[in-house]
Amino acid sequence: MRKPELLIAAGNLTEVKQYLEAGADAITVGTERYGLRLPGTMTLEEMQQAADLVHAGGKKLYASVNGLLHNNELEGLEEYLAQLHEMGVDAIEYADPAVLMTAKHTIPNMPLHWNAEIIATSFHTIGYWATKGIQRAVLSRELNMDEIMQIKEEACDLEIEVQVHGMSCIFHSKRPLVSSYFHHLGKNAVIEGKGKERGLYLKEEKREDIFYPVYEDACGTHIMSAEDVCILDNLDELMEAGIHSFRVEGLLKSMEYNETVLRVYREAIDAYAKDADLFFDQLDTWKERLEEKQDPKRPLTTGFYYKELVF
Amino acid sequence: MPEVLEEKTAPKRGPILKKPEVLAPAGSLEKLKIAVHYGADAVYIGGQQFSLRANADNYSYEEMKEGTDFAHAHGAKVYVAANIIAHNEDMQGVEEFFAKLYEVGIDAVIVADPALIEACKKGAPKLEIHLSTQASTTNWQSVQFWKDEGIARVVLAREVSFEEIRKIKEKVDVEIEQFIHGAMCPAYSGRCVLSNHMTARDSNRGGCCHSCRWSYDMYENPEEANQHATVSGEGDNPFSFSSKDLSMIEHIPEIVESGIDSLKIEGRMKSVHYVATVVNAYRQAIDAYCADPDHYQLDPHWVEEIHKAAHRSTTTGFFYDIPGPEDHLYGEAESLAEYDFAGLVLDYDADNRIATIQQRTHFKLGQEVEFFGPGNRFFRQAIQEMWNDEGQEIEKAPHPLMVVKMRVEQPVSAWDIMRKHK
Repeated sequence: MRKPELLIAAGNLTEVKQYLEAGADAITVGTERYGLRLPGTMTLEEMQQAADLVHAGGKKLYASVNGLLHNNELEGLEEYLAQLHEMGVDAIEYADPAVLMTAKHTIPNMPLHWNAEIIATSFHTIGYWATKGIQRAVLSRELNMDEIMQIKEEACDLEIEVQVHGMSCIFHSKRPLVSSYFHHLGKNAVIEGKGKERGLYLKEEKREDIFYPVYEDACGTHIMSAEDVCILDNLDELMEAGIHSFRVEGLLKSMEYNETVLRVYREAIDAYAKDADLFFDQLDTWKERLEEKQDPKRPLTTGFYYKELVF
Repeated sequence: MPEVLEEKTAPKRGPILKKPEVLAPAGSLEKLKIAVHYGADAVYIGGQQFSLRANADNYSYEEMKEGTDFAHAHGAKVYVAANIIAHNEDMQGVEEFFAKLYEVGIDAVIVADPALIEACKKGAPKLEIHLSTQASTTNWQSVQFWKDEGIARVVLAREVSFEEIRKIKEKVDVEIEQFIHGAMCPAYSGRCVLSNHMTARDSNRGGCCHSCRWSYDMYENPEEANQHATVSGEGDNPFSFSSKDLSMIEHIPEIVESGIDSLKIEGRMKSVHYVATVVNAYRQAIDAYCADPDHYQLDPHWVEEIHKAAHRSTTTGFFYDIPGPEDHLYGEAESLAEYDFAGLVLDYDADNRIATIQQRTHFKLGQEVEFFGPGNRFFRQAIQEMWNDEGQEIEKAPHPLMVVKMRVEQPVSAWDIMRKHK
């Protein structure tokens, strides 16, 4: 069977090397001006080196250009996309139609992945973007397994990417909510520490033991899920369905944690592709390896894969 | 003195002929009629499917027809919000839905998801499509993209500034709609699934439970579980996302000059009193400015009126700058609205100065009430004499929707509103 791609974002060249080493088939990189919630921002030179590293191993490099752009960011976008093309990036992830338009005009042969996160919820919508020439859709994390299966079925030859592990963004504001709060408290001195490195999180007053990581960057405030998805138990279903790409979300995790996750999924994908029994026999061991590294405050769950939503 | 010279030679401006549209929320048929009476050029409503306000009294096709006929008879338009982000299962019957909207005479639909845009083009090719703020359109090139897709109007994300709006208007010839009043999502609209994660309700399909208005504690990363260090100290307010409400009543000249085509008031879940008060204030301010831009002055009465229907203190959102601490609400939730909708005037007997009033909140003799109607009609009085529908004198009106007659000190007319202090 065709193996799905194992994908992760890297924030620097060390991560690129380590993640390739740990079994990633594709790496996403980007710069904070254009990409959302990157584990780190890279210069063009670094991205070029990343491209060389990735391609030397026969793997793929994607550029994350999935921000909600304002007029200012449009200036220089064309040039940036041309540079990405020149360095040999294999695809561009976008969310804002302005990026699609600019790419179609500037680098018409560049594959495009629609990665708008929360709003990628139906095969009809994905079908719409397919008519605009995308090659892949990254699905919302709030879909269940049946919905994913149906989308895959209806998507024909469009590539479908799902997240198999890690946290997800559940709230994105342009407002600098963390520094506003610090100002409100009168703690001007500590405003420096409002980003990812600070390790801030929120707890709703009435909900015990549920912690939502929060951080602020140039794009505003981001709140992340309190749980880490781990769909290892049902990886066989996703593989049987022919899902093209499995994303590991490594944001707010140590490189070591992400390497473990990649290694486990690498082994799991390879095992299942070879022989289903081989996969099921090792499931418990893999899960133990993940649990060992898991922050006890953050349960590993199946996220929305088996959850019913009401509205 | 060059400044003075410049002032003297500045050409006098005549009236502005192309006024921006005042677009009001109409969560029910009654609110629709009120909005139109109080001067809305257009209203937006929700159907029983595909709309984000699952709890609003959404309209049946018959009610839509009645509302549309009423609005059209008064020269106003009706838009239907079909602004969910659809899942596979939601698309059943969506083409028929749009066809039906076109048939009942709806003027445009407000859509966020391209899947619904396509369905609308198929089901009702002539129905005008507006792109919802839920699509988070924040730059001119995206606006251009949607224009090329046949979208007649783009409701911008609330995150764009005046400067950005002016550039968008300059670059793209398409109608632009922007929120100018009401509650705001602290997130980019649509880019929030707090409800999904906290309560298993889908915020982008009408299930939003306003988790952003709850209180949160902010912690530093602990080394071990159960060892948490709060960022705040003893007695500090908890963390909050909660934004003050948007209000641009004091900035009408810039709003009009920015070229925004439609000025949107938020609040399909808000009361009749809110709709009437807010629409009335903006209608007067816009008319006054457009009639004579050189001599426009903000009437403090409009601002006072807006505050009577306000639920929170107000901010100018992203129009001038990115909101900071002063634009958010920390600590106790506010409940500013100090006025209740006491009664709706149904009729007026000018000879005897007696109004027929339908009760909406109980009132009694001696109580001070305010009457207001479209335009600047406004007065205050104490309730002196009242009669029930059998002509008997009464002291109080305790029953919802009971009809009473009341002596009034100044003329009123049908659709006028009587409000009282809470």
